[in-house]
Amino acid sequence: MSEAAMSASGEVLPEGTKGVVQDFASDKQAFHVPWGKAMMWIFLLSDTFIFSCFLVSYMTVRISTADPWPVVSDVFALSFGGDPIPLILIAIMTFVLITSSGTMAMAVNMGYRKDRKKTFWLMVATAALGATFVGMQAFEWTKLIVDEGVRPWGNPMGAAQFGSSFFMITGFHGLHVSAGVIYLLVVAFRVKNGFYEKRGGNYEIVEIAGLYWHFVDLVWVFIFAFFYLW
Amino acid sequence: MAQEGQQHPIAIYLWIWGLLFVVSFFSYMVDYLQLQGYLRWSLILIFMFLKAGFIIAIFMHMKWERLALQLAILVPPVVILVLIGLMALEGEYTFLTRIEFFGESDFVPSTPHH
Repeated sequence: MSEAAMSASGEVLPEGTKGVVQDFASDKQAFHVPWGKAMMWIFLLSDTFIFSCFLVSYMTVRISTADPWPVVSDVFALSFGGDPIPLILIAIMTFVLITSSGTMAMAVNMGYRKDRKKTFWLMVATAALGATFVGMQAFEWTKLIVDEGVRPWGNPMGAAQFGSSFFMITGFHGLHVSAGVIYLLVVAFRVKNGFYEKRGGNYEIVEIAGLYWHFVDLVWVFIFAFFYLW
Repeated sequence: MAQEGQQHPIAIYLWIWGLLFVVSFFSYMVDYLQLQGYLRWSLILIFMFLKAGFIIAIFMHMKWERLALQLAILVPPVVILVLIGLMALEGEYTFLTRIEFFGESDFVPSTPHH
């Protein structure tokens, strides 16, 4: 290449990766939100497809099995001394997650009000509720594996595919909750330490972390409906 | 609005929070009252979409974003309906083939112990 490439208006264009980025971007912004928020939304969209694949494959194996599907309502029943209450553990987990979504929404609001103390404590509360959720899930897994003999390849209560679907779907969701707890704590302590004050006092990061957290709750809504209630 | 961040009155979050609890309670009741068949399935779906809608629109602020972002995020998942349709057909075919060649299931389920 003997001479530098020029745009129609006559300005010299950069070469190499910088040129690739500039050419593709055309110096235009498509979505008028902070780039971190746009990228979080796009990540969540891709995550939507991953969870959809899990749920659709669960649907496929459940339709195709000739064995009866375990009675989910009974499998997840829990007894507090008296008669077992159907699906009660999952109901409690659902309420814990919804509560955490509420505290997260309030944290985002307080973040924009630049109330760092309230933002910090609300985010810590959200993370604590998330950790509670994961703890209850660990209890649920233990109960299913140890007491009920559920394995990815079979279980005494019905179709073998129940185990693999259950471990895959709830395991992947639990992993998302665990990652979210760490993410929230990191952002919360940075809010507390004044890390964002040095960066212009911008608390959009709280909203971006909140998007991730609400998404985890959103996925649970679908898992609850299709796996536990259907 | 979008430039200066999403700032909304606290009341709206508290309302949606409360509604999510109520709707979750209803969806749990679907199981608790042992509703069956199409009534069960349609109620599950109604409550599911209500909750998902509240979370996306209010908690995730999608209601206040510009239409371009709303479309970019909410339209692509619609193609999953095609996958659901194809896989349901595939599942039915596998099921019928299993019944045809292996016969009805002789699995005797045991009840879970609590």
